[in-house]
Amino acid sequence: MPLLEVHDMTHFFGGLRAVHDYNLSIEPGQIRGLIGPNGAGKTTIFNLITGIYHPTEGEILLNGEEITRLEPNQIADRGLGRTFQNLRLWRYLSVLDHVKMARYSKLTYGLTGAFFGTSKRVREEKATDKLAMDLLELVGIPHLADQIVTNLPYGAQRRVELARALATEPKVLFLDEPTAGMNPEELIQMMAIIRQVHSEIGMAIYLIEHRMKVVMDLCEIIQTLNFGEVIAEGTPEEIRNDPGVIEAYLGKEVVI
Amino acid sequence: MTTNSASTPTIRQRIRALFSRIWEPYRSVPLLGWLIAALVAVGLEQLVGLPLARGLGLTKIPALFGAVVILSKPALTPSALLFTTLIYILPIGIVARFTAPLTNRIAAKLAEYPLVVTALVHLVLLYAVLHIWCDITDYRLLVARLAMISIILTLSLNVVNGYMGEFSCSHPGFMSIGAYVASAFTIVLFVSENRFGEALLPPALGPYMFPLALMLGGLISAFGALLVAIPSFRTRGDYLAIISLAFMFIVKSFFENMEVVGGARGISNQPDYATLPIVFLWTILSIWIINNFVRSTMGKALNAVRDGELAANAMTVDTRKTKMTAFLFAAFWAGVAGGLFAHVLRYINPDSFGIRKLAEVLAMVYFGGLNSVTGSVVGAVGLSLISEALRPLDIFKWIIIPIMLILIMIYRPTGLIAFTEFNVEKIFLPKGRAPEGAEHASA
Ligand SMILES: Nc1ncnc2c1ncn2[C@@H]1O[C@H](COP(=O)(O)OP(=O)(O)OP(=O)(O)O)[C@@H](O)[C@H]1O
Ligand SMILES: [Mg+2]
Repeated sequence: MPLLEVHDMTHFFGGLRAVHDYNLSIEPGQIRGLIGPNGAGKTTIFNLITGIYHPTEGEILLNGEEITRLEPNQIADRGLGRTFQNLRLWRYLSVLDHVKMARYSKLTYGLTGAFFGTSKRVREEKATDKLAMDLLELVGIPHLADQIVTNLPYGAQRRVELARALATEPKVLFLDEPTAGMNPEELIQMMAIIRQVHSEIGMAIYLIEHRMKVVMDLCEIIQTLNFGEVIAEGTPEEIRNDPGVIEAYLGKEVVI
Repeated sequence: MTTNSASTPTIRQRIRALFSRIWEPYRSVPLLGWLIAALVAVGLEQLVGLPLARGLGLTKIPALFGAVVILSKPALTPSALLFTTLIYILPIGIVARFTAPLTNRIAAKLAEYPLVVTALVHLVLLYAVLHIWCDITDYRLLVARLAMISIILTLSLNVVNGYMGEFSCSHPGFMSIGAYVASAFTIVLFVSENRFGEALLPPALGPYMFPLALMLGGLISAFGALLVAIPSFRTRGDYLAIISLAFMFIVKSFFENMEVVGGARGISNQPDYATLPIVFLWTILSIWIINNFVRSTMGKALNAVRDGELAANAMTVDTRKTKMTAFLFAAFWAGVAGGLFAHVLRYINPDSFGIRKLAEVLAMVYFGGLNSVTGSVVGAVGLSLISEALRPLDIFKWIIIPIMLILIMIYRPTGLIAFTEFNVEKIFLPKGRAPEGAEHASA
């Protein structure tokens, strides 16, 4: 059984049909890519699956369970972690607190613990500290744990986003342009981190990318989106040679 | 230009240098040292304050460090200043400085015990200082208790307006609910010959049931908060400011029209349960619980909601529940503060909980600093004292205080001490030369 399935999902923003009859099926441990020109609807698809918007039509199943109408926090808790295209970090929280925050739904000490500082809370917070530090280690920024995120360089902020998403214990990890705005060196590091995360934790990954090199290197299967519709789906090799894809991208370049 | 200022320091730099030279030895004074020094000062005042004041030509001991004397009888300024210097500044300065080695040693010793023990030692000292200081006049007793109640109010409002970044205006409403509920509770049960008839229970029980009265007031306030929270937090929009303001006015006119509790005339004869130690205990309790909350990951979820609700939501945070909880929690403490307030003044009417009260609490929150427990304590105590000290100026007080606030807003938009974490483990530690040791103890 596929881990995540999307059936015939369509979404309108007012009169604009941003996504049309979208289908997806991700197997456990698979790395998939989603490409397409600007404004094609890639981020919207992420937002629909992660519950930020509810689709006008269609259904979404995670592990066979319908999650179409659930709230983002419930979906995230069920194992769908994500990062954001334009970083959405919390201005006044430290790096460590960012990662710990993603453990919110897993904490069981409740209000009693929060108000009275029970020993259960102390224990859980300690365990969460440890887990968060391990994740920061994994993405290579343990030394930044106490920093406020606004002080960090861009590449480091992306890593915080990744560590934070990992802290939700995702079965599928959604990465929305994880290398956007990075310089070549940071890009290579980020790809290495994604590979390492995948090999250590083994969750499925669904990746939006503009840089062909990244998608072609990482992904087993790639979907190409144009005007909210999938125009091609296949292995990197197939996508590279697909006339529709070439046209979608060439068309874009002509406009620019 | 830069080379010039480097060779000849400006007046400002010189003053700064002078201050930091004077301050230098005090950097190594631990909290314990300050408390002991303050204890010596208030003890001194208790012993020789009155003769000294008379000798300086003052009729009595200046109640608030001479400020009131200076403003109402400017001719006595030198005497008032001299008194404050001799009783407070010099003794505190000398004792704090020269006991520092000793107090540091004691603080280091205390750090080996569990935090509760250390905290208790400090709290007992703090209470002793407060008690002796308030022993001089009933006026001080009143000011101190009202200031502490302000701490509870300010801190709880900071949870919503600072930590959560919403703008709530209903605090006076919650306060009045707590005040009326607690008053009704204690008067009906323990006060004879009142509007409700004879006391239902022996009055001797009263003080023991007082916590119950306060908590009941707090809980009913929290229930009232639910009425604000449900419509306000339903969507991601920003409706809280308007709805909570409406709530405040509705509660006020509700009590104005409730003849059972005196209508617009209000209700009096509350028993004298809110004594100094009781108010002190509740204040410490509220600081402790609120600080615990905002330092937990559950509490920090408020910051995440404030700084990016969407991301918080996508990181498993139940944003709606988080907001509701924090709002109800804040309302609970406002209710408790209201109950205490009613039993300190022993008279309340709906007018005590109007727009003036709102302005006062908001000012304390924004003056002290958003997202900061220390800030709220400083804001509440600072503005309470300033407001009392400026009382002789009558109407000008309401010009000076707003100007002060505007200046704060210009130079420190988030308040005096904003966005800090109040780390209880650290404040009791010894201070001075060996910072590695200090860090070690906290780790
Ligand atoms: N909240 C919204 N309301 C209305 N229209 C929206 C909204 N979000 C996205 N859109 C529109 O939907 C279309 C798809 O946007 P989306 O952000 O999904 O594109 P994308 O493929 O992620 O593009 P990019 O590569 O630039 O990130 C765009 O035309 C965009 O303007
Ligand atoms: Mg996008």
